[in-house]
Amino acid sequence: MDFSSINPILLLASLMVAATPIILAAAGELVVERAGVLNLGVEGMMITGAITGFIATVTTGSPWIGFVAAAAGGAGLSLLFAFLTQILLSNQVATGLALTLFGLGLSALLGQGYNGIKAPEFPRIDIPVISEIPVLGPILFSHDPMVYVGIGIVAGIWYFLRYSRAGLVLRAVGENHEAAHALGYHVIRIRVLAIMFGGACAGLGGAYISLVRVPQWTDGMTAGAGWIALAIVVFASWRPWRLLIGAYLFGGVTVLQLNFQAAGIAIPVEYLAMSPYIATILVLVLMSAGRAPGSLGKIFHASR
Amino acid sequence: MKRRTLLASGAGAATLAMMGLPARAQDKTKVGFVFVGPIGDGGWTFEHNNGRLAVEAAFGDAVETVYAENVPEGPDAERVLTQMVLGGADLIFTTSFGYMESTMNVAAKFPDVKFEHATGYLRADNVSTYSARFYEGRAVQGHIAGNLTKSNKVGYIGSFPIPEVIRGINSAFIHARKVNPDVEFKIVWAFTWFDPAKEADAAKVLIEQGCDVILQHTDSTAPQAAAQAAGNVYTFGQASDMGEYAPMPRVSSIIDNWAPYYVERTQAVIDGTWTSVDTWDGIGRGMVGIGEISDAVPADVKASAEALRDSIASGAYHPFTGPLNKQDGSAWLADGETADDGTLAGLNFFVEGIDGDIPS
Repeated sequence: MDFSSINPILLLASLMVAATPIILAAAGELVVERAGVLNLGVEGMMITGAITGFIATVTTGSPWIGFVAAAAGGAGLSLLFAFLTQILLSNQVATGLALTLFGLGLSALLGQGYNGIKAPEFPRIDIPVISEIPVLGPILFSHDPMVYVGIGIVAGIWYFLRYSRAGLVLRAVGENHEAAHALGYHVIRIRVLAIMFGGACAGLGGAYISLVRVPQWTDGMTAGAGWIALAIVVFASWRPWRLLIGAYLFGGVTVLQLNFQAAGIAIPVEYLAMSPYIATILVLVLMSAGRAPGSLGKIFHASR
Repeated sequence: MKRRTLLASGAGAATLAMMGLPARAQDKTKVGFVFVGPIGDGGWTFEHNNGRLAVEAAFGDAVETVYAENVPEGPDAERVLTQMVLGGADLIFTTSFGYMESTMNVAAKFPDVKFEHATGYLRADNVSTYSARFYEGRAVQGHIAGNLTKSNKVGYIGSFPIPEVIRGINSAFIHARKVNPDVEFKIVWAFTWFDPAKEADAAKVLIEQGCDVILQHTDSTAPQAAAQAAGNVYTFGQASDMGEYAPMPRVSSIIDNWAPYYVERTQAVIDGTWTSVDTWDGIGRGMVGIGEISDAVPADVKASAEALRDSIASGAYHPFTGPLNKQDGSAWLADGETADDGTLAGLNFFVEGIDGDIPS
């Protein structure tokens, strides 16, 4: 029982790393849901991104190319979902679940022969000058670039949804697709683009796990992170900054419970293991005030 | 892919039988392997697969091997096993503790097929068990870890709180304390045999809390990668040599060498001399190997570690030799007394000096 062995600075720094895959995937899903589409295939797109990113990195030696390939892989798989739900008008819940199962299988197939290979290292960058600041420097300013990309994407989404005309149109499509259609907006086209963006973000999140956090490839290595991302979008009431808080909270409690275990603090391991989920749900439920986009999960066809 | 192959061969065998042709199973002995992880995990399953390859090399055309990887522990294993039997397997190795029930159930249905279950304790006329005395290797690891650590904090990533893992923790701790009375163990339970993300997180947390030696009882190389990124942290290869991380962070390893056993048991099936046995071999019989101790370890520590290894191998020294107390301070082994195999097989307590509880 030794709290002093837990270093709060390192704890906060590793919290940002643990939260990044969830932030990336959840940010993409937030845009998809704000456009009125419920894509439950986040896990499948993440794991597909994890393997396409890993293959590209091992082949080319560049993690940056890997992340681009991961985004392409995730977006490619999401196109399948877009085709089924937007063109063939299939049920979004069933299609999303199928996408997860398909993604898990596809990634295991693609990953044959990549088990146990080491990926080239993705260097951490210490931002000059400000990474030297005591306490704040190591927490905020000496991570790998993808941590900042994740925060940047959340900020960009916030600005896009709130202040841009295109963001307003996307929200209109999500709130009431018939009205948006009557105003002359291309509901299907907007939704397909949103779905692809969501797939690309999920792919980046998956690749962050296989290229930075672990870094190696294993079947099923995302281990449920996609489902966490989905839940965080809902509990964050579809708002970008709350999503960021939720993801940091989840990442923070995850790292904290491991720290507690290592410090020998006398809480049964089972409680510690479930604590991230409970804490995240509790806090986000307590502060939730929003409601779901009006057309979320509904099928749109211009003839109706 | 492999399961599909199995299905196809099963269907093929059924077709042959329907056409009234003799199955001619006697010509070629078919040996099946059920793996808990991917054969490329670089650890546990990788070594079992090396054993399979050794069987192929030893018998050539006389033996055919089949395997299924990433088989979940639980009811699905029963389906995989049944398919293997229907595919004509004569001898099947199930290579993880969690396959115990499935192995027993399927074995009861097919009394003519021989089964070998790794690390389990249930046996039948056609089910043998086999395991290795990994705790002997853990003693050597603990000895090196106790000498190497400067922070006096050794991290241990446990998988499940089962006797095999608890034996390892105790053995490593006893021998680390022997050479370094100030050493402490920090134990994190991952509740998985193989989940690289979780293993990496656990290793990072232990390193952040000041551990400069990490022992793992999980199967992936993720903790090695985390230690390498951290710099001055020592690790040991688990189940396999993990030599790609030598000389730093990996300074030595426990290598599971299943090949001689697999070859011997396959030979017994071919000869018709197979009987149900309970095998538990250690360093002496070569089932547990100590991977090369790298130059990152000082020469005198290396020499004393090798001496410890040799004394365990010859039987002169038993890693659980008294005086030893249980965690609560009550007496376990008197001075000079050694633990018997029955107690060790069901070991469910920590020895004195280890902090933390075993999750129930």
